[in-house]
Amino acid sequence: MRASLDNDLRAIHVDIIKMGTLIEKTIEETIRALVEQDVALAKKIREGDDRFDEMEVEIEKKCFSLIARQQPVATDLRIVTSIMKIVTDLERIADHCQDISKLTLDLAGKAYVKPLVDIPKMAKEVRTMVRMTIDAYIDLDVEKSKQVCSNDDIVDQYYHTIVGDLEIIMKEKPDDIKQCVDFLLIAKYLERMADHTTNIAEWVIYSVEGKRYNN
Amino acid sequence: MTNYENKVVYDVRDLNLWYGNDQALKNINLKINKNEVTAIIGPSGCGKSTFIKTLNRMIENIPSVRTTGQILYHGLNIFDKSIKVEELRTRVGMVFQKPNPFPKSIYENVLYGPKIHGIKDKNVLQEVLETSLKSAALWDEVKDRLHDNAYGLSGGQQQRLCIARCLAVQPDVILMDEPTSALDPIATAKIEELIDSLKSDYSISIVTHSMQQAGRISDKTAFFLMGDLIEFDQTEVIFSNPRDKRTEDYITGRFG
Repeated sequence: MRASLDNDLRAIHVDIIKMGTLIEKTIEETIRALVEQDVALAKKIREGDDRFDEMEVEIEKKCFSLIARQQPVATDLRIVTSIMKIVTDLERIADHCQDISKLTLDLAGKAYVKPLVDIPKMAKEVRTMVRMTIDAYIDLDVEKSKQVCSNDDIVDQYYHTIVGDLEIIMKEKPDDIKQCVDFLLIAKYLERMADHTTNIAEWVIYSVEGKRYNN
Repeated sequence: MTNYENKVVYDVRDLNLWYGNDQALKNINLKINKNEVTAIIGPSGCGKSTFIKTLNRMIENIPSVRTTGQILYHGLNIFDKSIKVEELRTRVGMVFQKPNPFPKSIYENVLYGPKIHGIKDKNVLQEVLETSLKSAALWDEVKDRLHDNAYGLSGGQQQRLCIARCLAVQPDVILMDEPTSALDPIATAKIEELIDSLKSDYSISIVTHSMQQAGRISDKTAFFLMGDLIEFDQTEVIFSNPRDKRTEDYITGRFG
């Protein structure tokens, strides 16, 4: 009984790590496609989103089956319920990569109103947060998880800076408002990705400590 | 034994128990509240059955048992000389692992206790019979065959009859020692529902080997290990975030 529970948990654990690693890579590609106006890459990201949906369904299925058949309690229960929350947040992050790639395709072939500086920096920060969260998940590292939660403030700071810059551009160049709105959305998606990452870090803390962490 | 106002029914203080030279309970401290179901869990030989049998002094039927410490039942120490064991056991009923009806009719089984206590009035007896069987969720199944032998009932029905027999003498605590371990899942579900409905009128302490059962029906859970009370807390806490690693190891099946 115990051995089969451990095996099932380990299998789900590996699935989460795979999904998380793939998302980290996708964030990098998403921003590269945006910066380099790489239409082919953006299309690839859009088409690849189904894979994350499938992964989410598959992991959820394994969790349901484990709960029904093994009736986990204590740490086991906290881990399984946390995974069910984490997988939702991971899938949302992947969705936002797709959202950004859709805008990349809209913006394709147009000269950007200004060189992209802060958005790639913000994206890099988000990517680092995702990587740290996956590491924290693997090692059940509470301290690292807390670090992720506080890094969310850095991303928020970027978001406000970008919004401020775009406001100025929109006032100065009303013809470029459409493009500015697209960048505004991109910044917002990145900001949401950081929020989902923070949620994941909080669930890691919960699965270790049994208490919800409020940043 | 008449003051039922207080929320605490049992207050166990520094209880130690020995079988000869073997210590079976070590310095147990715990409170059992009114209108709560307290589950007692732990591996075989941990002292959980010994513990609940101490609560109505049934343990004294075993020779060479020695205890120290106090068990306050509504504020009175049950080991005190002034306490009559018979009266204590009337107040504190017990249901066992194997259904043990008397080889008599359903009617006689339920009314055995009240009759011994001198109730003769037919109307009163009839009322006790009906109320007890209804509270034990058995009335509808047996009302047309009250004078049939209890051995003709199914295992689950026999166990509910034993609960009805226990309720007939109007106890305020019901001790249950693995009451569903000999029953199928449907009979088990009925007993569990019954326990839940009896909670509003009684305090129930139940020894169980089923973690799921403890999780489903109890308000508080006590984990015993080799005579020690390792952890005693809200059931929700025990099953989601136990404080002691030994509790965690036991309930998650890592133990031993």
